Amino acid sequence: MPDMKVVVCAKQIPDPAAPPLIRPDTHTLDRTGKLILDDSDSYGVEMALQLAGGADDEVTLVSMAPNGETAGLRTALAMGATRAVLISDDALLGSDALGTAKVLAAAIRPIQPDLVIAATESTDGYTGTMPVQLAELLGLPSVTFAKGVAIDGSTVKVQRQTEAGYDDVECPLPAVVTVTAGVVEPRYPSFKGIMAARSKPIDVLTLADLGLAPADVGAAGARQEVTQVSEAEARTAGEIVEDDGEGAQRILAFLEQLKVI
Amino acid sequence: MALDTAWVLAQVGEAGPTSLTLELLTEARNVATKVAAISWGPHVAAAAATLGQYGAGTVYDAGDIGDALPGVPIAAAMASLVDAGNRPDAIFFPASYDGRDIAGRLSAKLDRPVLTNVVGMRSADGHLETEHALFGGTHIALARFTEDPPHLYVVRAKSFTAEALEGGSAPEVVSLAVPDTGSLAAARITGRHEEERSGPALDEAAVVVSGGRGLGGAEHYAMIEELARLLNGAPGASRAIVDAGWVPYSHQVGQTGKTVKPTVYIACGISGATQHMVGMKGSKNIIAVNKDREAPIFSIADLGIVGDVHKVLPALIDALRSRN
Repeated sequence: MPDMKVVVCAKQIPDPAAPPLIRPDTHTLDRTGKLILDDSDSYGVEMALQLAGGADDEVTLVSMAPNGETAGLRTALAMGATRAVLISDDALLGSDALGTAKVLAAAIRPIQPDLVIAATESTDGYTGTMPVQLAELLGLPSVTFAKGVAIDGSTVKVQRQTEAGYDDVECPLPAVVTVTAGVVEPRYPSFKGIMAARSKPIDVLTLADLGLAPADVGAAGARQEVTQVSEAEARTAGEIVEDDGEGAQRILAFLEQLKVI
Repeated sequence: MALDTAWVLAQVGEAGPTSLTLELLTEARNVATKVAAISWGPHVAAAAATLGQYGAGTVYDAGDIGDALPGVPIAAAMASLVDAGNRPDAIFFPASYDGRDIAGRLSAKLDRPVLTNVVGMRSADGHLETEHALFGGTHIALARFTEDPPHLYVVRAKSFTAEALEGGSAPEVVSLAVPDTGSLAAARITGRHEEERSGPALDEAAVVVSGGRGLGGAEHYAMIEELARLLNGAPGASRAIVDAGWVPYSHQVGQTGKTVKPTVYIACGISGATQHMVGMKGSKNIIAVNKDREAPIFSIADLGIVGDVHKVLPALIDALRSRN
């Protein structure tokens, strides 16, 4: 039996550096191309590896992605995660945050983790609600926006960001914790890690395997429609000048013109 | 036709309701006939009159929840109100830490989806159509729910302008019972830490001076603070230098930080990741100083100086000091 079981929610997303492809029929992000591990989740993976780094500990990645995509999971496995569970099913197309939480909850429940870690929000959708919806469905307490996480016996101690600073929060395990970028510095996968990741197990599950009905998830379960997506009105660039020693004076003149000084 | 009833999750501190709470109340009364505020904590009674001035006809007060995080208990209190037959058409949550927690919990409890990152809305035929900022604000989506209300929305700061009602009346204050949620609500706050601040608040300042990686090191952030002080502004930061530990998170401007719309935003050594731009592109005027001519920040700057922050900022600071 492993000592400490940590689940990390790992999202695989289209490269955010590339322009987003919007499906014209559903007005949703086209996720059928190559996917990578969401950078936001690399912090959660690293945090999990630091908290559950013992020989008998276990870090399980849980992900939902189309077309059996595992590229991002291999990245996290190469960092050192033990194994992965991927839920991939055509019926999941168009799932919103609550639908995603239902799927992940069904996949996580049998693992009976001590701790579930997720990013505060994904880079592509950034709703920031999925981990808390997941916690509610799992019947677990949650602490969001962690900038520091430590385990003390059966308690997780979190420094939780607030508008004015941070709070110290203590929560009994099992629990769901969301981490910010900067909570830890993610390691780069080593060559050895990359080689080892190739043989680590990834269980691929369908909705039926989880006992979920298509109506509860996907576009039907989202119970919302996007009627239009358009590019936001772009701000146009103003005057761009090379600093030839007069840069500060140009700023001063602009501030005077705006009557700020 | 307007909606019948809207609820607003009202965050109230010692200084009164947050500015985002007042923005939500104002917009709620624009789209709905009746507005109720849902609030908690030790300062609700003192803030009730203000909540009324901004449109709340009723204030549901869940009382002091002590050291508990609000997500579980407040969502449970709201869910029991809904289950008792009190069904608003829309529930608006602030896009704050606690606001998102409560929205997520309530969404799962009621098995209702939630629309997030709302930056605009209009009601038509008794339906609400909402605008959402996507991909760091480069795209705007229009969305609507396809099932019967109540509908849940998380709204970004500074999407609406707060305006008090003329002759607004005192709201009816109704106490709201918090159900026992057992171990779900087991998280406890054991210590609170507030960063010290001397100037105006970051999200209220008329001038914001922000620093990024281009500063080169944490020790150079003092230039940002000094420039902000000389302009009666607030110092801000990109996510990169917050994550690097140069400055506290409360300084962060961007998608996961604060949204600012000052008269002037001065970005120093910030390249302009979408994560950052979504938090400041609504500024009335943007000045950028960066040594990379190709930095995305220049595409939205009204005045861009392609130069070294270590030359431009000291010169600017000297010039401002000599004027004062």
